Amino acid sequence: MSSIAAHLPALQVVLPLISAPLAVLLRHGGFAFVIVTAGAWAAFAAAIGLWLQTGETGTISYHIGSWAPPWGIEYRVDRLASFVLLLVSGTAAIVLPYSRASIEREIPRDLHYLYYAMFSLCLAGLLGITITGDAFNIFVFMEISSLSAYVLIALGRDRRALAASFRYLIMGTIGATFIVIGIGFLYLMTGTLNLVDMAERLRGVESSRPVLAALAFITVGVSLKLALFPLHQWLPNAYTYAPSAVTAFLAATATKVSVYVLIRFWFSVFGETLVFEKLPLPQILLLLSLAAMFAASFTAIFQDNLKRLFAYSSVGQIGYITLGMSFDSVNGLDAAILHLFNHGITKAAIFLLIGGMVIGLAKPGAVLPEPTFDRLAGLARRMPLTCFGIVIAGLSLIGVPGTAGFVSKWYLILAAMEKGQFWIVGAILLSSLLAVVYVWRFVEVAYFKPAPEGASKQEAPLSMLIPAWILVIATIWFGLDTSFTVGTATEAALQLVKVGR
Amino acid sequence: MSSGGVLEHFTYIVTVFLMVAGLYVIIARGNLIKKLVGLSVFQTSVYLLYIAPGKLLGGTAPILAPQYTVYSNPLPHVLILTAIVVGVATLALGLAIAVRIKETYGTIEEDEIMAADNAVQAGEDARRS
Repeated sequence: MSSIAAHLPALQVVLPLISAPLAVLLRHGGFAFVIVTAGAWAAFAAAIGLWLQTGETGTISYHIGSWAPPWGIEYRVDRLASFVLLLVSGTAAIVLPYSRASIEREIPRDLHYLYYAMFSLCLAGLLGITITGDAFNIFVFMEISSLSAYVLIALGRDRRALAASFRYLIMGTIGATFIVIGIGFLYLMTGTLNLVDMAERLRGVESSRPVLAALAFITVGVSLKLALFPLHQWLPNAYTYAPSAVTAFLAATATKVSVYVLIRFWFSVFGETLVFEKLPLPQILLLLSLAAMFAASFTAIFQDNLKRLFAYSSVGQIGYITLGMSFDSVNGLDAAILHLFNHGITKAAIFLLIGGMVIGLAKPGAVLPEPTFDRLAGLARRMPLTCFGIVIAGLSLIGVPGTAGFVSKWYLILAAMEKGQFWIVGAILLSSLLAVVYVWRFVEVAYFKPAPEGASKQEAPLSMLIPAWILVIATIWFGLDTSFTVGTATEAALQLVKVGR
Repeated sequence: MSSGGVLEHFTYIVTVFLMVAGLYVIIARGNLIKKLVGLSVFQTSVYLLYIAPGKLLGGTAPILAPQYTVYSNPLPHVLILTAIVVGVATLALGLAIAVRIKETYGTIEEDEIMAADNAVQAGEDARRS
């Protein structure tokens, strides 16, 4: 047993990675479902194990093939990495059982095994980005996860999914190539790809032009991937037209892992002195975050398609995460990491519920309708559980006390007050009001408009409701009992901020 | 810049030219295939960025033998081998999606695709009002 525990970092990535080719070889939707779900649950178990280990013994350094770093590839799990691993594998473990019923209506049956294969590849890629301590590995895993994400989005039944996937492919590849250019400069300057080693060797050449260029390329490249306003154009259509399960999974993980990469490069590699004192990066990030919080949330209000509304809301919520990063303080980073997690589970819950709603709205055998507001009139009477779940998760998006969203916004406000910037506190509260407006739009239509004649009570299938409600309950749970989330995020923030100085 | 400077930085000049040209094609062309061509050129420029500095004039492969003292770094080549695989996969996937777009939209011009989407959206709005 102890030998397995020692190899958890490798198993974390290898298990979902192996389940992908197995799913393709089996060529059967049912078997593929079983093996990929088993892989995801095993990855979740590994993530829990790693979280416990990092709590006991601190940062884990795993040498792939027993080659010592910096020559060999190192997997490195610190508190932040274990937290993100939990989010990613946990979301996958919940979304996969959901997708069985969901894709039944959305994807032709002979393509199901490919869906599962792509899903587990995407999962393996995202876990790999998080766990690796090697700069070039980050790029390779990022491309594994991105390429499979493009395929997953293109599986959407609307033809607009294809156009959205193509646009994401173009923008995502530009972002990834920017990241490789940045890593290339760093490699030229330091001669190493190991992140820890790189951070040490950069200390001598911090202000040289290639290092600054590397920082610029990596920041812009990752910002494309994490959909930082105004580089978010790929996101709304991709989220709107992808299959429901895919939207939920990507919304909770893909952009969040990119945020993780940015935190990793800024705080662990370049160091805070370079990022926050020598360049006006925090000011730029602050302005873009505020722009995201207001412009994207404002755009969300005017969307007719519920999925697209919450996609724009995602862009706005990413603004809160990057806002926390721009403060360069333990509390700020704490808030960013917390919101990364809390927003992840909240948004996953919402998109899972919308997926169930779409199936409940459809007539048997007919094409699935888009969840536009005119179809949602009086929906609360037809699907009480679905609508109530969306309302609770919506409260978490707004940041109402008792939900997960409140906790992260509270720490964000603390960080802003600590800096003495009270106008930012005002901005956070004002932009939350925009969230009130778009959530209220849904409440008004679903609860206060009369249902159309002859509409029967038609709740979403249980196999879809249960995973979604697990996440809804999680948003309340992490709003009331914050010992796990705040504890881990604070430890992670302390680790990171100490490293840089 | 003196002519010696140009020669000295020749690989970088080629790299940057390809990089900017590729990026320009992606942004300026509406044809999906041309966009993919631009993307490929853009990615290829990065291969050069890695490979060129790895070459040392007069350097050999890293072989432990008394008569060789100057080695070229082999690691960038290995990295770029991986990057080439990624580039090929991206291009293949992009072309596959372009084929599917041609099948469903009947065009691979970005503005025509957007016009078709807008027409669908206008139909939706008309149904609603």
